[in-house]
Amino acid sequence: MNGEIIVNVCMGTGGIAAGAEMVMKAFQDEFAAAGLENATVQNRCKLHKVGCRGFCAKDVLVDISVDGEVSTYQFIQEDMVKRLVREHVVGGKPIREWMAGDDYHVFHDNQTKVILHDLGKINPESIDDYIGVEGYTAAKKALMTMTAEEVVNEVKNSGLRGRGGGGFPTGLKWSLCAANEADQRYVICNADEGDPGAFMDRSMVEGNPHAVIEGMIITAYAIGATRGYVYIRAEYPLAVQRLRIALDQARERGFLGEKLFGTSFEFDIKIKLGAGAFVCGEETALIASIEGERGMPRAKPPFPANKGLWGKPTIINNVETLANLPPIINKGAEWFASIGSEKSKGTKVIALTGKIRNTGLIEIPMGMPLKDIIFKIGGGIEGDKLFKAVQTGGPSGGCIPQQFIDLPVDYEGLKSVGSMMGSGGMVVLDETDCMVNIAKFFLTFTQEESCGKCVPCRIGTKRLLEILTRITEGKGKKGDIELLQELAEDVRDSSLCGLGMSAPNPVISTIKYFRHEYEAHINRKKCPAKVCNKLLTFFIRPDQCVGCGMCAKACSVKAISGDLKQPHRIDNALCIKCGSCYDVCKFNAVVKD
Amino acid sequence: MISLTIDDKKIEAPHGATVLEAARLAKIDIPTLCHDPRMKPFGACRLCIVDIAGLPRPVTSCTTPATEGMVVTTSSPRLERLRKTTVELLLSDHPNDCMVCIQAGDCSLQDLAYRYGIRDNRFSGAVRQHKRVDNNPFILRDQDKCVLCGLCVRVCDEVQGVGAIGYANRGFESDICPPFKKDLNCEFCGQCVSVCPTGALTAKMWVGQPRLDGLQPTETTCTYCGCGCNVTLHTHGNKVARVSSRSDNHNRGWLCVKGRFGYDFINSPERLTTPLIRRQKGGALEPAGWDEALDLITSRLQSVKEQYGPDAIGGLASARCTNEENYLFQKLLRAGIGTNNVDHCARY
Amino acid sequence: MAGLATKFGSGAMTNSVEGISRNDVLFVIGSNTTENHPIIGLRMKEAVAGGAQLIVADPRRIPLVKFATLWLRHRPGTDSVLLNAIMNVILAEGLEDKKFIADRTEGYAEFVESLATFTPEFAEGVTGVAADDIRKAARIYAGAGNAGIYYAMGITQHTMGTNNVMAVGNLAMLTGNLGKDAAGVNPLRGQNNVQGACDMGCLPGDYPGYQKVSNPAVQAKFEKAWGKSLSPKPGLTASEMTGAMLSGDLRAMYIFGENPALSDPNMSHSIKAFKALDFLVVQDIFLTETAELADVVLPGASFAEKDGTFTSSERRVQRVRPAIASPGEAKNDLAIIHEVYKRIDPAAAAFDVAAAELFAEAASLWPGIAGMQYDRLEGDGLQWPCPTVDHPGTSYLFQETFPREGGKALFSNVPYVVSDELPDSEYPFLLTTGRELFHYHTGTMTRKSKGLNAAASEPFIEINPADAAVLGISDAELLSVSSRRGSIKVKARVSDIVPAKVVFIPFHYKEAAANMLTSDALDPISKIMEAKVCAVRVEKQAA
Repeated sequence: MNGEIIVNVCMGTGGIAAGAEMVMKAFQDEFAAAGLENATVQNRCKLHKVGCRGFCAKDVLVDISVDGEVSTYQFIQEDMVKRLVREHVVGGKPIREWMAGDDYHVFHDNQTKVILHDLGKINPESIDDYIGVEGYTAAKKALMTMTAEEVVNEVKNSGLRGRGGGGFPTGLKWSLCAANEADQRYVICNADEGDPGAFMDRSMVEGNPHAVIEGMIITAYAIGATRGYVYIRAEYPLAVQRLRIALDQARERGFLGEKLFGTSFEFDIKIKLGAGAFVCGEETALIASIEGERGMPRAKPPFPANKGLWGKPTIINNVETLANLPPIINKGAEWFASIGSEKSKGTKVIALTGKIRNTGLIEIPMGMPLKDIIFKIGGGIEGDKLFKAVQTGGPSGGCIPQQFIDLPVDYEGLKSVGSMMGSGGMVVLDETDCMVNIAKFFLTFTQEESCGKCVPCRIGTKRLLEILTRITEGKGKKGDIELLQELAEDVRDSSLCGLGMSAPNPVISTIKYFRHEYEAHINRKKCPAKVCNKLLTFFIRPDQCVGCGMCAKACSVKAISGDLKQPHRIDNALCIKCGSCYDVCKFNAVVKD
Repeated sequence: MISLTIDDKKIEAPHGATVLEAARLAKIDIPTLCHDPRMKPFGACRLCIVDIAGLPRPVTSCTTPATEGMVVTTSSPRLERLRKTTVELLLSDHPNDCMVCIQAGDCSLQDLAYRYGIRDNRFSGAVRQHKRVDNNPFILRDQDKCVLCGLCVRVCDEVQGVGAIGYANRGFESDICPPFKKDLNCEFCGQCVSVCPTGALTAKMWVGQPRLDGLQPTETTCTYCGCGCNVTLHTHGNKVARVSSRSDNHNRGWLCVKGRFGYDFINSPERLTTPLIRRQKGGALEPAGWDEALDLITSRLQSVKEQYGPDAIGGLASARCTNEENYLFQKLLRAGIGTNNVDHCARY
Repeated sequence: MAGLATKFGSGAMTNSVEGISRNDVLFVIGSNTTENHPIIGLRMKEAVAGGAQLIVADPRRIPLVKFATLWLRHRPGTDSVLLNAIMNVILAEGLEDKKFIADRTEGYAEFVESLATFTPEFAEGVTGVAADDIRKAARIYAGAGNAGIYYAMGITQHTMGTNNVMAVGNLAMLTGNLGKDAAGVNPLRGQNNVQGACDMGCLPGDYPGYQKVSNPAVQAKFEKAWGKSLSPKPGLTASEMTGAMLSGDLRAMYIFGENPALSDPNMSHSIKAFKALDFLVVQDIFLTETAELADVVLPGASFAEKDGTFTSSERRVQRVRPAIASPGEAKNDLAIIHEVYKRIDPAAAAFDVAAAELFAEAASLWPGIAGMQYDRLEGDGLQWPCPTVDHPGTSYLFQETFPREGGKALFSNVPYVVSDELPDSEYPFLLTTGRELFHYHTGTMTRKSKGLNAAASEPFIEINPADAAVLGISDAELLSVSSRRGSIKVKARVSDIVPAKVVFIPFHYKEAAANMLTSDALDPISKIMEAKVCAVRVEKQAA
C-alpha cells in the first residue's frame, strides 16, 4: 500500500446529476497533465467511479485516500479539481475548507451499514472490485458446501423479512415455493421501485449490482430455480446499464449460466424493463407484466410461491432483501439476527427526505428510535421549524405524529401506529405542512396509479381525493370527515391488491392524529398550516410595506394597488390566492391567514 | 369431495371448487358482477367477498379455492356495508339513466342498486365522459356505463381467442377499447355483448325494439352452419327483435356473428308472401293464389309422369330445412311420385 | 360421406364438439373452422389453450393457423398425398397402433404396400410441404393419446374427394384414434341440417337412416310402411340431375329450400339445365337465383316460423320451434308439401303432418333414432344412435364395433390422383373457393342482413402480393377473372392468406359468382364437384 493514492468519485445518479462526470473527466485531465497517468498504470494512483453513499445532498462527493488516509470532499465541481490534484494528490496537503464537515460524519456514523457497506467504495462496473470485498463467496459457499434446504434454513433462522413492504419472512416464503412439485421455478428480483422520492433499489443496483445478482443466485439455488428475471424500471437507465455489465461479467466468470462454480447447478438472469407503473411493484401485477399482459394484479391465493410466473412457483424478492443474502450466508444467521429488534432482524435502508437537514439514503438497525433517525442522522428539522410528523412507507403509508417520536422503527412499531415500513420511504414534515394537503398529495398519486381493475380502488380513491380536495378548497361539508373515514376503511378492506388496501392509509392516519386540522378546514374554513391557498386571505401590513411595488408586479390579476413608496393594498375580491405576492415580498409585509 | 361450512351450513363441494362455486352448489346467494363460470375468475368487482375464519380480511369467493374444513361467512353487517359501498361507488360513476336505457330490466348493476336500496348515494364527483366511436355495423359501446368488470375483454381473449379489446389508461380513467381507441373491427361474434352486465355493450339491432322483458322468448336451434347452436329468439309480435343463447346449453351461450346478429332476413321485406306463377314461358312470375299454384304443380307433374315416367321428375330437398320436412319431401318423391330422384345440396 | 361409410359403416362425425377440448392433438385439414364453424372453432381454441397441439393443413393462412403448433401449407388438391406421406412416416418410425390394427381393422397388409411410394420426399415434391414438416406432423399426431381429425369441404370438394376422406380415415385407424371419447374422424357439416337431410333419406340411394333403396328387404319394409310399391332403382344425385335435365331425361324438378343456380359448379351450365326443364317448382323464403328460373314459386317459412328438428354436425337432434307467424300468405313448408302430396295421391289426405308425428314415423323406420321422441328433445336434444327410449344418446361412435359386416373398419388404398383441371399457361392460377365468416352459402339469408352485408359487402379475389406485383395489381383494383367456363369481374384483395399462384374467391356473391368459374368435374363415387381446384386467368381491367 505504500504510497497508494485512490480517488473515488461518487457516480450514482445523484452524483452524475451534480456533475460527477465532469469532475471525473477533470481528474483524468489533471492526472494526465500532472504526469500521473503513468502512475495510474503502475497501480500507484487509482481513479475510481463509485456508487452512491447516500448523502446526495452533498454531491459531488470525492474521496482522496493517500496511504489509507481518507479525506472526503463535498460539493466538488470540475473547476475545483485542479487545486485538489495539485495540493492534495501531488502536494499531499488536504484542502480543509472543502472537506465534508461534522454533519457528514454524524450522518454516517450513526448508521449500521450491512448492505450499503460497499457502496461508494467499490466500482460497480468492476466484478473484481466486488470480488475484492468477498463478492460471490457467499454464493460459492451455498452452492458448494450447503444443501438447498440448509440455505433455506439459514435464511429462516436469520429472521430476514421481505424488504419490499410486506415484511413476510423470506425463508418461509422460500420453503413454501420449494415445496411445490414443478418442472420449472423462477426467481424474480423486484426492482420496480415506484414510491415517489424512494431510491433505495436504484442506489443499490447502481452502486453494487453484483450483490443483487449474488442474492438471486443464492435464492435460485435454495428454491431450485434455473431462470431469473430482474424487473426494473426503464426510468433507471444507469442502474439498467450497470446491471447489464454486471450480468455479462458474472456470465464470463461462470457465476451465471450452466455449471455454476463448477457444480451441476444452472441459473441465468434476464432483465425485464418496467414501464413505470407503480402497481407493477405489486408482485402479481409484476408477473402479469413480465408475461406480456397489462400490469394488473391478480387475486391471491394462489400466491406466486405456488403459482406465479407462467403458472410456475415463483419467488419475488425485492432488491434489498436479495442484497442481504450474501452477508447472511457468509456471516451466518446468528450474526444477522443479532442486529435489529425482536421480530425485525437486520437493517433497513431508508430514503430520508422532507423538512430535514440531512436528506439521503441511510441504513439503520431495525428498531432504531424515530428521534435518532430524525435528529441524529437527519440532523433535525430544517430552518429550526417545529417537527410535526413523519410519513413512512411511501404513498400508502401513514403519518406518525410527534407524540411517537420514541417509536422504534421496525415492522411492528410502524404498524402499531397505523403506518408501515413499506419499502422504506420516510418524509419528515414540519409545522408548515398541512396534513389534509399531505393526504391529498399522496391520494393524488395512488389514485392515478390505480390499475383500474377493482372498484374500491378505481373509484374509491378518486372519491377520497375529491372529498379531500373539496376540504382543502373550503368546500368541505359537515360529515365529510366521517365519510372519508368510512370510505377509507371500505377501500382498505375490499380492494384487490396492496395498492388499494394501503392507499387510504394517509387519510386514515391523518384523520386519526390531525383531526383538528380537518375540522379547521371544514368548520372554520381555515388552513392552520397556511398551505391551502383557497382558504387563505392575503393582506399587506402597512407598517412593514415600503411600497417597492414588487407584489403588484407579481400579481397576475392586478389585485394589488398602491403608489410607489406608499403601503400597498390587496383587493380580496380580485385576489385569486396564488401566493405570488407573498413569495416576492422581501419585507415580510405580505401576510396570509 | 371436500366439506366446508358456509353460513353455518355443512357443504360438500368437489375438489378444486372455489368458495363461490361451493356456495352456489348449496344455493347460497353471493352477489357478483364480474364473474362468469365460463371464464377464469377475475376478482375485480369485489362484491363476492366473504369472511373466512382465520383470514384477517375479506377475500373474494370467486378466486378463493374451497378447502377442507374451511369456515365461511357470506353475509355480515361489515360485508354488506362493503358491498353497498362498492355499488354506490359504481353508481357514482354511472349515467343512472335507467329510464331510457335499453338494458333496464336486464342489468346486473340495476339489480344491485335495487338489492342494496341505493336511493341516495353518499358519493358524487367526476363522471367519465367517453367519446363514442361506433361506426361498426353491430355493436354499440356506451363506455359511460362500463363497470370495468372485464368480462368483454376476457371473453374476447379467453373464449374467442381474438383479443380485439383491452384495458387502456389507469385509475379512474381506465377504460376498455380496441387498440388506439379505434372503432371495433373484429369478428363481431357479440360474445362481449352477451356477457356485459350493464348497458355498456348492446347491439345496434336492438335499438328502438322493446327491452328484453317486453319480448317473448322461444328456444330453438340456429339456422346457419352445422354447429347446431341453441338460440333463443326474442320476438315482439311477428318480429324477431333479438337473438340470444343460454349459457347452460351445449354451445355454452356462445354464438357467431351470423347466429347472433344475422337474423334480420327473417323479417326482410323481400320475403316471399304469395305464390308466384309464370303463366307463359318467357313471361314474368306473377302473384297467384295457393290453389292455382298447387293445381298447376299437380297437373304439370302428373303430365310429365304420364308422358315420361316418374324418373323424369326429380326433387332437391334442403340442408336448411327440418328433418320432418325432408322426410315428408322424400316420401312425396318416393311414395307419391314413385322416383328415387331425390337429393340435396350437401355436396355444396 | 361415401368414403367414411365404406370404411366405418357410417359417415357422420364420430365424436362430439364438447369432446374437442379433450383432444391432445387436433389435426384440422380442409376446414376453415373458425369462419365456417365458429363455435366448433371455439372448442379448438379451448383445446389449444389447455395445452393441446394443433396441426393445420390448409393452403390458405386461415385464422386457425395463428393457434397452430404446425401449419402444413400444401398445394390445393394434394391432401391425400400429404396424408399418405404422414402415414408412411408413421409406419417407417413404428408409431402405428398395432393392437388396434389387429383387433379392429381389415385390409391392412395391402394397404401398407400401397403407402410405400409415398415417402415424405416424394410428398414434398407434390404437396410443397417440407419433408421434415411431414415427419413432424406424423410424430405429433401419432404421439397423441387422443387425436381428433376435423375436415370439411376442403377435403371433399375434389374429384378425388372420396379418396381424401378415405385417407383421413386410414390415418385415424392406423393410430387407433377411433372409438374413443376424444379421438376420431370428424367431417364438419356446412349447413345446419345437412346431417338431418341425409339422415332423413334425401339421398338418391338411401331411405331414411341410410337404408339402401336397392336392398329388397329394405324396399319391402318401406313399401309396407308407406303402403306403396317403391322403385328399387337408385335415383340421380343432384349433380347427375344437371346432366339429365340437359339430356331431356329429367323433365320436372321440385326444389325445396336450396339455391343450386348459385351454388352449383359451372353455373352457366346448370342455369342452362334448369332452363331446359319442362317444369320447375321452387319453394323458398326468398326469390332466389333458382326461384327466378321457376314456373311456380311457393312461399315457405323461415326457421323462426316452424316446428321440427335439425340434426347438427355432431348427430345431435334438436328442436326447432315457431316464434312468429310467416309473412303474408307464406305457409309452413310441411303444409305446402302435404298440399302437393294430397293432390298427387289422395291417400295422403289421411297423413298427420304435425312435426312430432312425422318425426315419430321416421323414428319407427330408422332404429338409429328409435328412442327419440319430441319430449326427450328438450334442452340440448339427443345424439344418434339412440335406439331405445331409455338410451341417453351416443356422444361418440364405434366404441366397440364398426357397423360393417364383420364389425371391423376397412383400410383402403388411396392412389395418387391429380385434380381434374390444373393451371397451365393459358389459365395460370389455381382457383380455390370457399366461405367467409360473415356470409352463409349463397347469401340468401345473410345478404339480406344489413349488418352482415355491411361487414362484408362485396366479393373479392385473394391474390398473393408476389403475384399482384408481377401483374401490377393493386389492392381493391377491379379484375377480370376467367376460366374455361366463364368470367367474372371482382375486386382484388392482395394478401398473403393465399400462397403464390393460388387465388381464392368466396362463393356467396351473385354479382361475382365464383361458380361461374368452377368446374363441374365430379368425384366418381360421391358425385361431389371439384369446387376447390380449377384453373383461371387473372387480368387487369383495360384502362
